[in-house]
Amino acid sequence: MTIESVLLVSGALFAIGAYGAFSRRNLVTVIMSLELMFNGVVIALVAFSRFTPSAALLSGDPVTAEAIRSALTGQAFAIFVTAVAAGEAALAFALVFAMYRASESVEITDASEMKN
Amino acid sequence: MTVQDFWVLSPEISMAVLALLVISVDLMTRSMAKVATVAFIGLSVPVILTLNLWFGWFGEPTVGAALFGTVEADRFSLFFKFLLLTVTAGTILASAKYIASDRMKDYGGEFVSLVLISVTGMMVLVSATELITIYVALELSALPIVALAAIHRSKRGVEAGTKFFVLSAISSAVLLYGFAFIYGYTGTTQLSVIMERLAVLSSEPGVPFGSYAVLLSVIMIFAGFGFKMAVVPWQMWVPDVYQGAPTPVAAFLSIASKAAAFAVIMRIMYTAFGDPMLMQDWSGLFAILAAVTMTVGNVLALSQSNIKRLLGYSTIAQAGYILIGLASVPANQVGATFAGAGPQSVMYYLVGYAFSNLAVFFAVIAITSRTKDDSIEGLNGLGKRSPLLAGLLVFGLLSLLGMPPTVGFMTKVVVFGSALNANLTWLAVIGVVNTVIAAYYYLRVIRAIMFEDAKDETTFGADKPVLAAAGVAAIGAGVFGVAPFLLLEFAQSALSIIPGS
Repeated sequence: MTIESVLLVSGALFAIGAYGAFSRRNLVTVIMSLELMFNGVVIALVAFSRFTPSAALLSGDPVTAEAIRSALTGQAFAIFVTAVAAGEAALAFALVFAMYRASESVEITDASEMKN
Repeated sequence: MTVQDFWVLSPEISMAVLALLVISVDLMTRSMAKVATVAFIGLSVPVILTLNLWFGWFGEPTVGAALFGTVEADRFSLFFKFLLLTVTAGTILASAKYIASDRMKDYGGEFVSLVLISVTGMMVLVSATELITIYVALELSALPIVALAAIHRSKRGVEAGTKFFVLSAISSAVLLYGFAFIYGYTGTTQLSVIMERLAVLSSEPGVPFGSYAVLLSVIMIFAGFGFKMAVVPWQMWVPDVYQGAPTPVAAFLSIASKAAAFAVIMRIMYTAFGDPMLMQDWSGLFAILAAVTMTVGNVLALSQSNIKRLLGYSTIAQAGYILIGLASVPANQVGATFAGAGPQSVMYYLVGYAFSNLAVFFAVIAITSRTKDDSIEGLNGLGKRSPLLAGLLVFGLLSLLGMPPTVGFMTKVVVFGSALNANLTWLAVIGVVNTVIAAYYYLRVIRAIMFEDAKDETTFGADKPVLAAAGVAAIGAGVFGVAPFLLLEFAQSALSIIPGS
């Protein structure tokens, strides 16, 4: 396994998510696509943390505190992203409920009252 | 956490506590008058703590990093915190009547505390010096606004909330992808360390930013924050959200959210990519964005018939003017002194814009809550119906337009001056041309107010809190226009983050 292949998967997930978020009409599907985008980011972060011989590692002794911190930052970042994404999903489904109550539908096209 | 951490974060902590206090008051008393009073008086605590950190009333004027170097209470962040707190105080005053209205009185407490929580996020955002903290603070400031926009659960409110949420989530995913690449390339998320590592890492000649990885992540960071700043091409949510969301939310969003986003992008650009070579690369990107944003915002505003949508497009155009200040980097200076340079003009413009825009929005809140009509025709003959509110609205609009002696004129002079200083004459010219285009739609509103005949001639006054808020904003816009040095001096001393200042 190389970093290129993992980044490719992460990029593909992100792109599929972005495509879905822009093209889908159903709000629930849009939210699922958003989750895909966040998961693409998480995979990229973990891959960088696992594989990259970062600047700190290159510059000398591989087991300095600095190098360890540098490698672990990516893992910590991934946890933060996952947690925030969970919070976002909760808010998103509250919106789905509100939208269904207001217009008996969760299609985004039904919610386009305001135009230029 | 050490004492230092609590000390540095005291404004944010007191803000979060205030949000909880407001909810408790709401639960116990169910009186919206009490909620608004507690929130307004309680705001004095974070204001005092912020001023304390600036002047050092109780102990050292401190300054320094906290929480393992993830946040910093430097003068730059304190300047923006003070601006955010001022805007919040105004928003709470202006929504006092609104949260007591029939349709809102069941969730007025939530309304106020969501505003306060969002401001807490923005206050952390302006002082964050590390990418993870920046991301978490950004979400903390954005998610409450989604709930605020949809708080009525009316069709339009939910539509505004959904549009804001989906685009905000996409933009933060893009931003995160940029952060991930920066982290992968440099192995750190500390802004200052990123700068050191970028200087050490090899750079390919001919490639902007020295490497395609950095170029990609900078573009993604621009895209992520461009959404918050309402910069073209990430501006499409603005008019819909402004029209659909409650007007106090639109007022809050148009100033607080924008100021926080400009603060954090300035900090990222100057501390992580502050190398003079890199500066020229991103200055070019900002210059193009500024030109496009001003032009698109102003041209689309010309044909609007709803005052809230018109103000939405007007804030897009204003973001374009502020971007001129961001594009005018010190590295491009041609022999001028540092004073009057880009970063300072951004801060000055943001404060001036905050006061003028608050005056306009608060006057609109006061007017539409009486007339129940937010079309521009609804403002016909307002000069006769409610002279005081009409005066405030006209003054605010003239300031947004940039008419002397208001603050809008001085801020435009400073920003265009900084562009000339930084050798971006073409950008200053586009800015001036845009000011002329903008005159058309601002003056159209003013003509409706002053010269058209109203269908309904009944006169009306304004509620005292919102009138006071609009009055203070208008006075601020007048005073800082006549005496700009009052503000420029503060902006100058807040430039601690800029290397070489």
